[in-house]
Parts: sequence; C-alpha cells; structure tokens
Amino acid sequence: MKSEVMTNIIDGSGSEALLKVRDLSLSFFQYTSGLRQTELRIISNMNLEAYSGEVLAVVGSSGSGKSLLAHAILGILPSNSRLSGSMEYKGQSLTQEKKEELRGKEISLIPQSTTYLDPLMRISDQVTGSVEKKDKGLMRERQRDTFQRYNLRPDVGKMLPHELSGGMARRVLVSTALMSSAELIIADEPTPGLDERSLDETLRYFKDMAKKGCAVILITHDIEAALKISDRIAIFYAGTILEEARIEDFTNEGENLRHPYTRALWNALPQNRFQKMEGHQPMQDELNGGCVFFERCSIRTEDCSKDIPQLKRIGEGLVRCNNVS
Amino acid sequence: MYLKGENISFGYRKDDLILNNVDISLGSGEVLGLVGDSGSGKSTLCKILAGYEKNYQGTVSIDGKKMPSNAYNPVQLIFQHPEKAVNPRWKMKDILNEGHVVSQDVLSSFGIKTSWLERWPNELSGGELQRFALARALSPETKFLIADEITTMVDAITQVQIWESILDIAEKLNIGILVVSHEKNLLKKVCHEVICLSRINNAGLYNELAFRDMQNASLGGMVPE
Ligand SMILES: Nc1ncnc2c1ncn2[C@@H]1O[C@H](COP(=O)(O)OP(=O)(O)OP(=O)(O)O)[C@@H](O)[C@H]1O
Ligand SMILES: Nc1ncnc2c1ncn2[C@@H]1O[C@H](COP(=O)(O)OP(=O)(O)O)[C@@H](O)[C@H]1O
Ligand code: SF4
Ligand SMILES: [Mg+2]
Ligand SMILES: [Mg+2]
Repeated sequence: MKSEVMTNIIDGSGSEALLKVRDLSLSFFQYTSGLRQTELRIISNMNLEAYSGEVLAVVGSSGSGKSLLAHAILGILPSNSRLSGSMEYKGQSLTQEKKEELRGKEISLIPQSTTYLDPLMRISDQVTGSVEKKDKGLMRERQRDTFQRYNLRPDVGKMLPHELSGGMARRVLVSTALMSSAELIIADEPTPGLDERSLDETLRYFKDMAKKGCAVILITHDIEAALKISDRIAIFYAGTILEEARIEDFTNEGENLRHPYTRALWNALPQNRFQKMEGHQPMQDELNGGCVFFERCSIRTEDCSKDIPQLKRIGEGLVRCNNVS
Repeated sequence: MYLKGENISFGYRKDDLILNNVDISLGSGEVLGLVGDSGSGKSTLCKILAGYEKNYQGTVSIDGKKMPSNAYNPVQLIFQHPEKAVNPRWKMKDILNEGHVVSQDVLSSFGIKTSWLERWPNELSGGELQRFALARALSPETKFLIADEITTMVDAITQVQIWESILDIAEKLNIGILVVSHEKNLLKKVCHEVICLSRINNAGLYNELAFRDMQNASLGGMVPE
C-alpha cells in the first residue's frame, strides 16, 4: 500500500505536532516448526500525530496494536520485532538511541500491565525513580502530595507491589508519571479497576497535563472516559486506524459516526445498546488485501475486498471506508 | 446449590482487618454483582471464596459442606490481571489444557484462534489472554465462577461477546457467577442482583457488608436482550 500523507485537520491549531508517526509498520518474527520463520504483521502503515496541549484518545479492538504502538514509541519492543516507517519528536528523527534517552524523562509511559512494577522494589523507590541524589528529598515531598491526591496512604510507599490491590497499583503507576517532567505522556489503559473517584481524579490529571502543554495519548477501552477529556479520538482495528472522529459525534445511536466499526463499538457499550456483533478481528494472515473490516461489515460492496480503502477526510473527521460520504 | 461465605473476617496484617464479618451467598444459576471502592476487599473476598486465601476466619461452604481440597476446584476464579494467573514459561496450549481438555466449541465461542495456542503468554494482548482464562475456567465440573473485573481489558464489542458466551455456558451448566466490577452499566445488563462491599473508614472502624441493599429496585432489565 502507498503511504498516505495525512495532515491533521481536526486539530485546527495549525501548530506543529510534538510527535509524528509516519507510515509505521510493525511485524513479529516467529519460528514455527524447526527453522521456518513466519512474519506476523501487527501494525500497517500507520500515521498519527500528537499535539502539545491536546489529549488524543486511542480506542478500538483488543489486540489491534495499541499497546505495541506505545511500545514502539518508547523503544521497548521485544527483539523479535521489526519496525519500519519513521517517527519524529519535536521535528527530529526519533531513533532508538533518542528513545532511550527520552524514556521516563520527556516521554513517559503508564503501562497497561501492573506487572511492570518491579516486584522486589519498594513502591516509593519506584515512584521517585531515577532522580539524582540531591533531588531525592524534593521527590519524596512530591510523592507525599501525589499519594494524598490519589488517596494512597503514606505507608503504601513502604509496600511491595504484591501487597497492592489492582486499583492501588494502577494509581501508583499514574503517580509515577505525574512525578516525571514528561512532555509526552502515553497512558495505556490507566483506568481499569478504578472506582469512580479515582477515575475522575486520573482523568482530571491528564487534562491538567495537557493544559500545561503536554501531549497526552490516552489508550483506553473506556470510551466514556475518553469523551470526557479528549480532543480527538482515533479508532484502531487490526493494526489500522479506521476513523478519527470528533467527540461530539459520539451521541445517540452513533448516527454521526461514519465508520461502521466505530458505530458498532459505540452501540456495544453497556450504557448504550450492549449490542453484539458477530465475528472477530482478523489476524493479518487472514486479510486478503481489502478492507480489514470486510468480513464483519454490513454495508460492504464488492469493491471493498479489492483494495485497502484510503483514509479520507469527510466533514471534520477522517474515515477509512469506501461507502460513506 | 449454594456457595456460602459466613462470618468471614480477614486481614493481611494483624492490626488491619480488610473483611469484618462478611456474609455472602451465591446460588446456582444466579448472577450476582459485587461493587465497592478500590481497596475495599473485593478481590480478597474472591480469593477466599475460591480457596486461594486460607488464613481467614469464618466458613466457606457449598451446600453446607467444606470445599474439597484435592479434587478439581468447583469454584473458578478469573482475575483482574490474566497475565498474573498464567505460568510465563508454558505455551498457551499447555496452560489451556492443564487438567482437562477444552472443547473447540468453547474456544470458538470466546474467539480464540488456533494459532494462538502455539504462543507464549507474553505474546498475547491483555484481552486475548483473558479469553483463554475464561475458556479454561468454564468446564463442566465448574459450579461457580468468580469474575473479578474480567472485561475491563477488552473493547466493548468483545465485552458483549464474552458476556454472552459466559451467560450462555453458565446457563447450560447451571453455574452461579459473582461479577466484580466498577462498571455499574455492565452490572445492570448482566446481573440479577448487585451487592456492595463498603469499608467504613473512620478511625480503624472497618468493613460492613451492605448486603443485597444496593439499589435493587433501580436495576433495569437484565440481558440477554
Ligand atoms: N498480599 C497482600 N499483602 C498485604 N496487603 C494486601 C495484599 N493483598 C491485598 N492487600 C490489601 O488488601 C486491601 C484490599 O485489597 P483487594 O485487592 O481485595 O481490594 P479491591 O477491593 O479488589 O480493590 P481494587 O478495586 O482496587 O482492586 C488493600 O488495602 C490492599 O492493600
Ligand atoms: N511478542 C509478541 N509476538 C507475537 N505477537 C504479539 C506479541 N505481542 C503482542 N502480539 C500480538 O499483537 C497484537 C496486538 O497486541 P497489543 O498491542 O498488546 O494489543 P492491544 O491493542 O490490546 O493493546 C495482538 O494480536 C497480540 O497477540
Ligand atoms: S470499506 Fe467497505 S467493507 Fe470496509 S468498512 Fe467500508 S463499506 Fe465496510
Ligand atoms: Mg493493550
Ligand atoms: Mg480488586
């Protein structure tokens, strides 16, 4: 597929993106029987931008490559992976060395799995992280404030990760990012298992970070949470962005949403119709060169199986579908 | 058949009771929701009911009988974090079929692809791993399923599919389900009834189970729609 040059129109600010992902593809190599190597493609020709001052929500199918996109940006992919395409951060090429240099400092990840906490290290040491000795005191003070804000008792600092409940571990991870001086924050499902109060607090924090000038990428299945604080929403499916929609379009039965997948996702929410859709996201080897949503699409036409539809601008959104206008 | 926890008290530390005289009862075929603040002890209660945590006071029984300790556990627990429940050094097919063989029907109803069986746990996304955990837990010997925040890691469409499969299998096998979730909208759709575990947090005065009192009346229709 030809790469698409895509300028962001929903943003409207006209400013330069803090992070630009261009034509990114990601594959894994696996040895099957003996020495036969197979390539498994996870992300295909993806384009994405994150702007300072903005929250970009990434929602979509489980296993669509959201976490791996985050890992690609952070430079923490496993060794059997291969990345192509390019990334730019502040107008400069984001190489592996650069990623390592910025990781945990300018670019911060709140990982999806709480197993990222070091099981043998006390919480406060993980939260204050790799700061210089002279700053330790200051960091401890910040930790006290942050913990208080997240309703974590001071003695949590002395605990080991296995002593925390799921929601507490989650809040510890968020605190860790809050205490760094990151300019790009990537939060990979930071809210599951949080009760309402912690959820609202966490969302407010992301919004505050954006207001302070950070770019925030919020990966989440909680569309309602995304709608509360995001400026744009990108919908992922099978390693592809199918739609970039406006917040206002998520209403009623989803009639303003353009892509049939986005609409189905919206109608599947328990607060909406809790409506089921048959079938499953295809593996890359099940794709036949057409639209990735073809098998499950109720408005498909013959053409849809021939070429991958281009991401095109419709109204104020971007949609990858032949049959919407 | 009833799974009952009676007068359950438990603390990880002596001076800090997490659960204080909690009573809970789950019948066959029943779908019971459990809500409560973060850290209120929901997961702890789940572990006790499923026999993972032994140092508690009170009794857990099925129809008045103590739980069998050597046989297949009739109370299956699915965790909040599926990656913690699997041995990272086993392939998915070995994890899946440990103890009993999972039927192809169950695999496909949870959308598990055959090629995933050859993978290691760290090669699957969170939502994919969770579907394995469920397929393994819903065996014919299972009498009760304890689902601790099991679909927070998947997208909404997969969530409906998973719950439809669970409710379908559970109905056929007459399994009782305890559903822990912070998502009230989901509980409204899948549960017959919802209870709340609340930790009254004034100066060391802890738990109280507001038993079966949570807005029963306001809970709307249940699935399957
Ligand atoms: N192994 C352990 N050692 C010490 N304390 C523990 C341990 N496991 C849990 N706790 C504590 O027990 C309390 C209840 O934990 P539990 O996981 O049951 O909460 P929960 O209600 O499920 O919360 P959440 O919704 O955040 O997951 C928490 O205060 C937690 O710190
Ligand atoms: N190390 C790996 N080797 C092979 N496949 C992987 C690996 N890690 C993840 N995958 C696959 O990549 C896809 C995307 O994973 P992930 O980014 O974790 O999904 P999600 O969007 O749910 O966060 C999934 O199908 C998953 O099975
Ligand atoms: S391109 Fe065709 S198959 Fe794909 S979503 Fe649009 S109508 Fe459906
Ligand atoms: Mg993920
Ligand atoms: Mg819990």
